[in-house]
Amino acid sequence: MSTQTYYVPEQSRWPILASTALFLMAFGAGSLINSLSADTGGATGLLMLLAGTLGMGLIMLGWFSNVINESDKGLYSPQMDRSFRWGMSWFIFSEIMFFAAFFGTLFYIRNLSVPWLGGEGEKGVSNMLWHGFTAEWPLMSTPDQQAFPGPQGVIDPWHIPLLNTILLISSSFTVTLAHKALKLGKRSRVVLWLAVTVGLGIVFLYFQAYEYAEAYNELGLTLNAGVYGATFFILTGFHGLHVTLGTLMLIIIWLRVMKGHFSTEKHFGFEAVVWYWHFVDVVWVGLFLFVYIL
Amino acid sequence: MNSSVATTHHGPASGLSRWLYTTNHKDIGTLYLWFSFVMFLTGGCMALLIRAELFQPGLQLIQPEFFNQMTTMHGLIMVFGAVMPAFVGLANWMIPMMVGAPDMALPRMNNWSFWILPFAFSMMLSTLFMEGGAPNFGWTFYAPLSTTYAPPSVTFFIFAVHMMGISSIMGAINIIATILNLRAPGMNMMKLPLFVWTWLITAFLLIAVMPVLAGVVTMMLMDIHFGTSFFNAAGGGDPVLFQHVFWFFGHPEVYIMILPAFGIVSEIIPTFARKKLFGYPSMVYATASIAFLSFIVWAHHMFTVGMPLVGEVFFMFATMLIAVPTGVKVFNWVATMFRGSLTFETPMLFALAFVVLFTIGGFSGLMLAIAPADFQYHDTYFVVAHFHYVLVPGAVFAIMAGAYYWLPKWCGNYYSETMGKVHFWCSFIGVNITFFPMHFIGLAGMPRRIPDYALQFADFNAVATVGAFIFGFSQLIFLYNVLHCIRKGRKASDEVWEGSHGLEWTLPSPAPYHSFSEAPQIK
Repeated sequence: MSTQTYYVPEQSRWPILASTALFLMAFGAGSLINSLSADTGGATGLLMLLAGTLGMGLIMLGWFSNVINESDKGLYSPQMDRSFRWGMSWFIFSEIMFFAAFFGTLFYIRNLSVPWLGGEGEKGVSNMLWHGFTAEWPLMSTPDQQAFPGPQGVIDPWHIPLLNTILLISSSFTVTLAHKALKLGKRSRVVLWLAVTVGLGIVFLYFQAYEYAEAYNELGLTLNAGVYGATFFILTGFHGLHVTLGTLMLIIIWLRVMKGHFSTEKHFGFEAVVWYWHFVDVVWVGLFLFVYIL
Repeated sequence: MNSSVATTHHGPASGLSRWLYTTNHKDIGTLYLWFSFVMFLTGGCMALLIRAELFQPGLQLIQPEFFNQMTTMHGLIMVFGAVMPAFVGLANWMIPMMVGAPDMALPRMNNWSFWILPFAFSMMLSTLFMEGGAPNFGWTFYAPLSTTYAPPSVTFFIFAVHMMGISSIMGAINIIATILNLRAPGMNMMKLPLFVWTWLITAFLLIAVMPVLAGVVTMMLMDIHFGTSFFNAAGGGDPVLFQHVFWFFGHPEVYIMILPAFGIVSEIIPTFARKKLFGYPSMVYATASIAFLSFIVWAHHMFTVGMPLVGEVFFMFATMLIAVPTGVKVFNWVATMFRGSLTFETPMLFALAFVVLFTIGGFSGLMLAIAPADFQYHDTYFVVAHFHYVLVPGAVFAIMAGAYYWLPKWCGNYYSETMGKVHFWCSFIGVNITFFPMHFIGLAGMPRRIPDYALQFADFNAVATVGAFIFGFSQLIFLYNVLHCIRKGRKASDEVWEGSHGLEWTLPSPAPYHSFSEAPQIK
């Protein structure tokens, strides 16, 4: 019976709690950032942010276990499964558009605004405001070197970034192997391949952090280093955050596999994480091409 | 399994918990609609304050600094707090009933989408009481006004926008999943009511552009607090880049606020003309074309910013193309009425006013699309007149029309037709007195967003203020009428309107708490 009709859940406390936690996070982050900029402490903001984040983590845990329980009870029909699939697909599409905004920014700056500042083209008159500025990419010296001292160097794409590319692309393969193994019901292999994927994700993040340290300490490539640093850090930074989130999600499904969750046919929670991981991987290929190499 | 089936069929919980914890699409729709109405009155009070200050030249009531905060908050509240949530509320109420679904596809997430909004708007309104005042850079928050020269409260504004974005994206995902996955057997895509179609496309637009808005406010945050130079030429960035990214969001956003209105009007006109909608497939294709074009016209908001000539020309012609699918729509509405048996109940009056007045707004839009002419109109009251014509007698009138049209189905009672007509005529006259003179003072050169103006604009400004107060206070008639309809009023039949058609009218009035637990069969 319940597999025939679409399951509409009972009242739930999770959403209103999640809204409260989200508010605490947002208001806390706002207060914290404002106090940091004004040099006035920021303990209250930090506290709110931490409380909100912790609360949100717990709520997600509770909310998802609620969903898992309902799924285990057989309340979800194949139609419900399709709702989840549509939901996850459109969520990933929204993430793609989020990155598209930053890629668009990069292209506009590289191809239009920096050349115009350097005196090229129809809008090259803006060079009159910044005498002696020459357009180049990567932008090593900015129009106003005092306010935004340009970097002394940029990251060499053929060392850490290349290694990171290999790591992430391999992790896409290993997560697919885990998925294949799950479909065949070979659980020990699922655990193994997921562990390898998580490992690759963590190593990626370690190298990314190492690269940031090198950029800051040795190359003078900082957020303040003009628009090259700005686009570099916003694109790689948000990608790094997504890898972090993806790795956390992988760890959670890894723990769930070890607890015996997911069947050979029904495992959308697993698949959603795989989709997300592939998405993060594809974004990285874009980054490697447009941020590092070109 | 019997227990679960039994429990899913009981009615609403009692007390506050019904509204806080609900997963019911009708409850959530009601929450959205009331929230939107509260925001409409809040933003409306700000508008009246603006108009009161502009009643005469010189400074009377408020200081310029506060005036700027009022124009900013009025715009943000009306766009994100009043119009968008009203449409989402109507979608929540109507889409499951129209496609024959038991509820929205993801009911808990639906609750979350709504309850983020009161928190986000509390945060945004709280900036009014912060040191340095609320955001004062206009609802379009152009850099560097919103970065280098912004009050500290801009940080909270940024996070409030993030919250609204999360809410909109989740709401849109829910609507798409419901339409694509929860249609009753036999309800194929080309049988969907037009309101559902327009919402499907609107939801796509929301998912495509709300993340871009999130991106642009994030870059602002970085520029303000973390030393980046996205919008600062001193570091190699460009303030014009802000406008490009913002309007890449902003132009689809204005269609997010009008496509569902097209849908509502396309439901109402056939009912009261007692004819089928003329040209249903062309309506669907026109909506899709408008959505596609919305992605390639954004820079028509920036003709005077100093773009290369090729940009001006491309965006000018692309913008003019929008008139074609929009013209198809207006033609179809008129053709639907042609030789129909028309009656003029309140929803129809609002729908007719929509067709006429939205078309006026569309024509002034065409004037603004002409790049060389726009150099004269840009940032004048002509622009204010244009977008208020498409948003107030456009989007807001459609929402009012939808509310009157579906109220008997929601409450089981008819609203008072007399009061509805009084509300309509007061609104109609008020709107035109407010916004029509703005065309003239705009063409004569009065800039927008100023608290004081030259003497030659005095007469039309006084007239506009009188109109604004008529329009504003006539909304209290609407409030009274709705409350009256909820509590008493003539009992409504199931089909409510003589010429109504569609699944939602096969349900009893008021619609039961759970609509279609068993999927209906569509012929």
